[in-house]
Amino acid sequence: MATIILFAPLLGAVICGFFWTLIGEKAGQIVATALVFLAAILSWIIFLGPLPETEQIVIMRWIESGSFGTEWAIRMDRLTAIMLVVVNSVSALVHLYSFGYMARDENWGDDEPYRARFFAYLSFFTFTMLALVTSDNLVQMFFGWEGVGVASYLLIGFYYRKPTANAAAIKAFVVNRVGDFGFALGIFALFYLTDSVRFDDVFAAAPALATTEVRFLWADWNAANLIGVLLFIGAMGKSAQLFLHTWLPDAMEGPTPVSALIHAATMVTAGVFLVCRMSPVFEYAPDAKTMIVVVGATTAFFAATVGLVQTDIKRVIAYSTCSQLGYMFVAAGCGVYSVAMFHLFTHAFFKAMLFLGAGSVIHAMHHEQDMRNYGGLRKKIPLTFAAMLIGTLAITGVGIPLTHIGFAGFLSKDAVIESAWVGSQYAFWLLVIAACMTSFYSWRLMFMTFWGTPRGDQHIHEHAHESPRTMLIPLGILAIGAVFSGMIWYNSFFGKEDQVRDWFGMEAATQHKADAEGHATTTEAAATDPATPNPAEAVAPKTAMPEPHGAAPKGGIYMAPDNTVIHAAHEAPKWVKVSPFIAMLLGLALAYQFYIRRPDLPGKLAAQQRPLYLFLLNKWYFDELYDWLFVRPAIWLGRTLWKRGDGDVIDGSINGVALGIVPFLTRLAGRAQSGYLFHYAFAMVLGIAALITWMTLVTPAGGAQ
Amino acid sequence: MVGLEHYLSVAAALFVIGIFGIFLNRKNVIVILMSIELMLLAVNINLVAFSSFAGDLVGQVFTMFVLTVAAAEAAIGLAILVVFFRTRGTIDVEDANVMKG
Repeated sequence: MATIILFAPLLGAVICGFFWTLIGEKAGQIVATALVFLAAILSWIIFLGPLPETEQIVIMRWIESGSFGTEWAIRMDRLTAIMLVVVNSVSALVHLYSFGYMARDENWGDDEPYRARFFAYLSFFTFTMLALVTSDNLVQMFFGWEGVGVASYLLIGFYYRKPTANAAAIKAFVVNRVGDFGFALGIFALFYLTDSVRFDDVFAAAPALATTEVRFLWADWNAANLIGVLLFIGAMGKSAQLFLHTWLPDAMEGPTPVSALIHAATMVTAGVFLVCRMSPVFEYAPDAKTMIVVVGATTAFFAATVGLVQTDIKRVIAYSTCSQLGYMFVAAGCGVYSVAMFHLFTHAFFKAMLFLGAGSVIHAMHHEQDMRNYGGLRKKIPLTFAAMLIGTLAITGVGIPLTHIGFAGFLSKDAVIESAWVGSQYAFWLLVIAACMTSFYSWRLMFMTFWGTPRGDQHIHEHAHESPRTMLIPLGILAIGAVFSGMIWYNSFFGKEDQVRDWFGMEAATQHKADAEGHATTTEAAATDPATPNPAEAVAPKTAMPEPHGAAPKGGIYMAPDNTVIHAAHEAPKWVKVSPFIAMLLGLALAYQFYIRRPDLPGKLAAQQRPLYLFLLNKWYFDELYDWLFVRPAIWLGRTLWKRGDGDVIDGSINGVALGIVPFLTRLAGRAQSGYLFHYAFAMVLGIAALITWMTLVTPAGGAQ
Repeated sequence: MVGLEHYLSVAAALFVIGIFGIFLNRKNVIVILMSIELMLLAVNINLVAFSSFAGDLVGQVFTMFVLTVAAAEAAIGLAILVVFFRTRGTIDVEDANVMKG
C-alpha cells in the first residue's frame, strides 16, 4: 500500500507530463488528480488504522559502494503516516482546486497548453515530497529534499515569461543551496562517524555520538551537537528560518495553488520533519536544540512583525507561514517533537486553506493581489469569506481557554507555547508577542479584504464573482480539518505522556528508563574504549563506533527518558495557558480599532513612526543587506572573472598566440627554407654534430655499456 | 712513428674540409660533388685506419664497397649535372633554388 502511495503521483506526473499530447490535456489533468486522490485515500487508511512496529519496505537496492550501502526503502511509522496524510491530502485538494484556478490564465493565450505541465509539476512535487517523508536513510531523504527543491523551482518559475517569477525561482533555489550545504555536511559527518546512513544505525549510534569529539574547521566539537547544527542549517533553508528566509516571500510569484501546497503546507515543513525524524540524534544535542529554539522563536517574531505591514495578500500569508514554522521549530527544539508535528499537522490544514482562500479572492478580483484595492468583498464572495474566516479563527487560535475545545490552531499553538514556557523563557515571550501579532495581521487581512468599502478599480469590484465549485470543495474539506483536526488528535500529539508515547510507537517511559540504564552501562564501557593507550583507535572514532550501540530506539520520534517537557507543559500555570488567548484577543481588538472603527489610524501611525514602518515594510532590510553582502560581491567577482579573467587572460592569450607568436614563427620557418641544398645539408650536419655531442657527453653515464 | 691518431686527424680534417666545401661554396655544383667525394674518402681513411689498428680486415673490405658506391655516385651525379645544365643553362649553386619555400 505504501508503495502505491509513493509511486501513484509519479505515475500521474509521467502520464500527465509526457503523454498529455496523446490523451488530451483534460484527461492528463484528471489522471494526475485521480492518482493523487488515490494516494490520499490510502494514506488516510494507513493513518487511521492501527500502526504496527516501525517497518521498512525495501523497494530496491540503491547504492552499494564499499561500506556504504543504501536501499530505496519506505520507512513506515507514525511520523511517516502523519506526513503522508498531510502531503497527500493537501496535494489532492490543490490538484482539484487547480482545475478551477488554472482554467484561464492571462499569462497564456487561449491556444497555448500549460495546464498539463502545471499538473505534472504538482504531481512530481508530490512524489518527491513523499520520497522525502518515506525515506529510510539520509541519502534517500536528500534525494527527496533536492527533488522538492527542483519542483519548487519549476513551479515558482511557472510563469516563465515574467522576469520577477524567474528571479524568484532562482533565488529560492540558490538560498536553499546554502541550507542544503549544511544538510549535506551533516550527512557526511554522520556517515564518517557511524559508517552508515540508515536511520536505524544512525539512531542506534546516537548515544555514542554524544560522547564523541570531532574536528571540524578550526575546533573540536561534540559530534552530536555539530551534526545537529548542520542538519538544522539544512532545515533552516528549506523551512525559511531567519537568515535563510528571504526566498519564501518571493516564492509567492508562483501560482497560488503552488503557494498553498509547497510554500505553506508541505515543502517548507520538511525542515520540521527533518528535526523530528532525527530526534534520536537531537535528544543528545542540547546545544543544537538551544539554537533551534532561539532561531525558531526569533523567526516567529521577525516574520510576524513584517507581516504586520505587508499589503500583498499572499505575502502576508507567506510571512505568517514563516512565523508559524518558527513555532514548530521552537516546539521541536524544546524536545516535544510530537507538538511540533501537531502544529505542522494542523497548520497544513488552515494555512493551505488560507492560501486557497486567498487564491479564490485573487481569482474573484481578476488577479489583483494588493489588499489596498480590496474591501467589502464579504457579500460578493460569501463562501470564500466563510472559509477565510474559519482559517483566520484557526490560525489566530480561537477556542475556549483551559479546555480542549477550539479551532485547530488554538490547540496546537497553545501546546507549542506551553512547551516553550518549559523550555525557554526567551522563546515563550517572543511566541506570545508573535501570537498577538499573528492575530493582528490575520484580522487585518480579513478586515481589509472583506469589510469596509470597496477600494481600487470599481469595474473589477462590480465583476467580482464567487469561484467555481472545484475551488470551493477543497476549501470546504480543509475547513473541516481546520476546525476539528486539533480537537480530534489533541490527545495523540499532546495528551498524557504515555498516550503520546503509545501513539508514536515509543516504548513506555518507565520501561524505557530501565532499558536506557542498560544502554548507559554498555555505552560507558564503550566510551572508555577509545581512551585506551592505542592512539590509532583514539584518533579514528569510526573504528570504535560500530560496536557500542545497541538497537535503535523504537517509534517514529524519540524522547529521552529524562525528557519530561510534555508533563511539565501540562503543569504550566494558568496564566501561561491563557496568555496566547489574551494575546489573540489583544491583536483582534487592535486590528478592529485600526481597520474598522478608525481606518485612518494606520496611515497616521505609519507617518508618525516612519522609520519603524519602513523598517518593517522593507522586511528588516534583509534583502538589501544580502544584496550588499553577497549578491554585489558575487556579481563583482563574476564580472571581474568574466572581463579580466576570461576576456583579458584567456581570450587575450589566445589572440596573442594566434596573431603574434605564430606568424613570427612562421616567418622564421619560411626564411629557413631557402631552397639552397647546402643550407639543408648544413642543418643535417649540425644535427648530427649535436646528436653525437649529446651521445658522447650524456649517455656514458646513462648506459651505453 | 705515425700512429692511429694521425690517421684519424687527417680523416677528420678532410671530412670537415668536405663539409665546408659543401656549404661555403657559392660557385658551382661540381665543387659540391667533389666535396662529397672528399668526405667519403675521409671515411675510408677512418675505416682503413681502424681496420689496421684492430687487425680486422672487414674495415678494408668495406672501404672497397664505399669506393665502388662513390664511383657510381660520381657517375650519376655528373650525369644529373649535365642534364641540369641542359635544362637551366647554368650550374651555379645560387640559381639552384627551386625548393625555396
